[in-house]
Amino acid sequence: MTVLDARVPEGPIADKWDNHKFSVKLVNPANKRRFKILVVGTGLAGASAAASLAELGYKVEAFTFHDSPRRAHSIAAQGGINAAKNYRNDGDSVYRLFYDTVKGGDYRSREANVYRLSQVSLNIIDQCAAQGVPFAREYGGLLANRSFGGAQVSRTFYARGQTGQQLLLGAYQAMASQIAAGGVTLHNRADVLDIVVKDGEAVGIVTRDLLTGEVRAHSGHAVVLATGGYGNVYYLSTNAMNCNVTAAWRAHRRGATFANPCYTQIHPTCIPASDEFQSKLTLMSESLRNDGRIWVPRNMDDARAAADIGDADRYYFLEEKYPAFGNLVPRDVASRNAKTVVDQGLGVGPLRNGVYLDFADVIARDGEQVVREKYGNLFDMYERITGENPYRSPMRIYPATHYTMGGLWVDYNLMTNVPGLYALGECNFSDHGANRLGASALMQGLADGYFVLPYTIGDYLAPKLAEAPVPTDDPAFAAAVAEVDDRTRGWLAKRGTRSVDHYHRELGKIVWEYCGMARNRTGLEKALSEIPALREEFRANVKVLGSADSTNQSLEQVNRVDDFMEMAELKVRDALHREESCGGHFREEHQTPEGEALRDDENFAYVAAWDWQGPDRPQELVKEPLTFENVKPTQRSYK
Amino acid sequence: MSTGNGSGRGAAGNGHGARLRLKLRIWRQAGPDEPGGFLDVDAHDIPEDCSFLEMLDIVNERLIDDDIEPITFAHDCREGICGTCGVMINGRPHGPESATATCQLHMRKFRDGDEIVIEPFRAASFPVVKDLMVDRRAFDRIIESGGYISAPTGTAPDANEIPVPKDVADFAMDAAACIGCGACVAACPNSAAQLFTAAKLGHLNVLPQGQPERWRRAEAMVETMESFFGSCTNHGECTEACPKEISLDFIAVLNRDYLKAKVKNRRLASQT
Ligand SMILES: Cc1cc2nc3c(=O)[nH]c(=O)nc-3n(C[C@H](O)[C@H](O)[C@H](O)COP(=O)(O)OP(=O)(O)OC[C@H]3O[C@@H](n4cnc5c(N)ncnc54)[C@H](O)[C@@H]3O)c2cc1C
Ligand code: SF4
Ligand code: FES
Repeated sequence: MTVLDARVPEGPIADKWDNHKFSVKLVNPANKRRFKILVVGTGLAGASAAASLAELGYKVEAFTFHDSPRRAHSIAAQGGINAAKNYRNDGDSVYRLFYDTVKGGDYRSREANVYRLSQVSLNIIDQCAAQGVPFAREYGGLLANRSFGGAQVSRTFYARGQTGQQLLLGAYQAMASQIAAGGVTLHNRADVLDIVVKDGEAVGIVTRDLLTGEVRAHSGHAVVLATGGYGNVYYLSTNAMNCNVTAAWRAHRRGATFANPCYTQIHPTCIPASDEFQSKLTLMSESLRNDGRIWVPRNMDDARAAADIGDADRYYFLEEKYPAFGNLVPRDVASRNAKTVVDQGLGVGPLRNGVYLDFADVIARDGEQVVREKYGNLFDMYERITGENPYRSPMRIYPATHYTMGGLWVDYNLMTNVPGLYALGECNFSDHGANRLGASALMQGLADGYFVLPYTIGDYLAPKLAEAPVPTDDPAFAAAVAEVDDRTRGWLAKRGTRSVDHYHRELGKIVWEYCGMARNRTGLEKALSEIPALREEFRANVKVLGSADSTNQSLEQVNRVDDFMEMAELKVRDALHREESCGGHFREEHQTPEGEALRDDENFAYVAAWDWQGPDRPQELVKEPLTFENVKPTQRSYK
Repeated sequence: MSTGNGSGRGAAGNGHGARLRLKLRIWRQAGPDEPGGFLDVDAHDIPEDCSFLEMLDIVNERLIDDDIEPITFAHDCREGICGTCGVMINGRPHGPESATATCQLHMRKFRDGDEIVIEPFRAASFPVVKDLMVDRRAFDRIIESGGYISAPTGTAPDANEIPVPKDVADFAMDAAACIGCGACVAACPNSAAQLFTAAKLGHLNVLPQGQPERWRRAEAMVETMESFFGSCTNHGECTEACPKEISLDFIAVLNRDYLKAKVKNRRLASQT
């Protein structure tokens, strides 16, 4: 049975990271070039890691399925990045960011990791500013901040509504300079379809070239996965279309435990789906909740235009229920309440699947020009998508899957339980517990890549100085290559009747219905019978045309959907086993009389890590107990 | 059509739900070295609320039903930021709507019965991969040649030690908004990449942090660009096609910095 050792250093929380940096083994500068590190994924986490490792002298090979690293999904983040700089003099500190993150995560994260995240947040902003990331500035030339996602301090740094884009370009450019210098070799359009493990250690990966179909082995001294989240298990999400769980899932099948797959964040402010053809959902930045008021008509049959409905007939459900926080309650609370009113039949829009986010009051108060300056690009985006003008009539919004807190289990060094295999960024589970605070994912991705892994990886590598990477003609590689090739070609032989997208959409419907914003035993059990049935049908009846030896987007997608089909089942089982509500995991059976999430710290204060037992047996649960020595768990209350 | 609908709950709204019938002519090409040609598709029942790429999704689903391989097209974020998408729509990169990437273009911009010709971006340095997908790796080469500020991890001073005047930061951000889609190249009669390159130079070369490498960067990026792409003859088609409305002013910055760089770099070289 797998045992998980988080390897949290001893000492007071504020000293752990310093102590640890002092105690980890180091690789001497001249020896670093003798180590080859494979970095899979070139989003914020992967690009920052690849650049930093190469700057240290390691030989890095970076892999992405995209044509260019600049396309990684991190590019889409709008709102901002947190850091405990306290530039606003408003009482922020490393400890406060730590405290807020542990509390926001509903006491399901590891304190030591969160504290370190909060510490290195300071360095991230320095690093990015030095790279020329064009953060918003005050007239005096110093950095601007805003309060984000209901935080009580202004600690969010931003670059217009394109923070993720600018941070990713910074990391991509740092990596580009290392490519030019020869420290990083980039493999683009390389789809990683397996992780190679030999004698219990990660020794390489198998890729498929998305242009030629060539399947190839790559070996290294360590493998780093920075492959993003699994939100597309819902089919409809705010993630980019090609985001997937494949690399993490294949690592799981090779022995890496997968932690807390049921934790998913549903973002409250997205544009509602408009029809079957809908391929993805678009996020409207959370910052809109600073000024917009959320409501639905009180009367189910009220067919009047929004502007014609008087205040008495409007139900400002967040403001009424949570007078202190109003429209700025945390994401999970805002989302669930929107679902409640829509389920009650109070939804608005042609499909009655949204709630209003209304700017009439702020426009009346500050004028259209001020609103345009603040949110112009978001309003334009809304109009482009819906054909409606939000200056004239309220936006319609509804929650959508946005971020996944679960992921590969990692220890304090960001290493999975498979030695030599690391997981960074959204694809690990480490820092956000059961719910992530706004503007903290970008922070975590860059913390992991710039400031954590470069320190911790030496601990694993140092003793391997005399070892060459396992050659790619080793039987372990040959077997993995053959498996990937067979699996890929196998799809073409099915000659079924329904497209890959069809099955992905069907899977998404089940997962959203029964394991979305609110879950209950009956629904989860239903999902547990429906998902395997759908998977069987998919594996027998999917239709993939074309060839395996050239560009074939259906073939790219079918492997990913296949992995989602397995992952979805584990996600539902995890949700079923967790008999409590916490953060983004809301079990209807476990709520306070006021309808808020009710945790069970006595029985569920642990990380649920699932251990693969082979294709025909369910994963086994391995628990990492969570202890809270610094932040005392309390019931979250936003009244 | 009024855009302010305020249409309340009912489906009545402002024409939501209308369906279009379109005559599509779509470029098909099996691979980089294969001959290409148009496929005519009678696309009926296309919801006007769907995006251009969702329209292609619908067409692809139907092709698959008919055992025809679906059309390959590049896409990812579908919200106008990753720069992956981009096709020629009736001869215009990203289609008829200004400041809009292909993925953000919606079918309500077309009329029932319209003929739409869909082709890949055409430029010698963007070889066709398959159907509507092209290879834009040459852009990465330009960035690798100097499109960065060298600041190895861990060396940075406190972020507020380098004040940047707000208007300079805003100017840099205007340039940095480029998504690397390549529409500027596809729009240019000479397939020049001046706008893309100028956007990155404009971003980095105006910032205080960018000064130490300014001249080296200008020379290296421009020369790498010239090794892949055609020359700029100031047509201005690029900025018209650009989904982020990157301004021609940045090309002026590029030209100025490049000229100065040639002089300065020569002088520096002669001193050593
Ligand atoms: C619309 C939107 C807005 C957001 N806004 C914010 C915000 O304002 N603030 C914030 O903090 N967070 C925000 N987030 C969350 C944040 O953007 C992500 O969590 C974060 O960027 C993830 O970074 P990453 O490096 O872990 O992964 P990604 O950026 O997703 O990168 C994954 C990389 O892995 C590669 N990859 C994946 N699988 C494979 C494979 N099998 N083979 C080869 N390569 C592979 C991809 O090519 C890519 O390079 C937002 C998210 C969304 C969806
Ligand atoms: S300058 Fe505009 S058109 Fe050219 S690559 Fe950048 S965003 Fe695309
Ligand atoms: S798909 Fe990302 S910009 Fe269009």
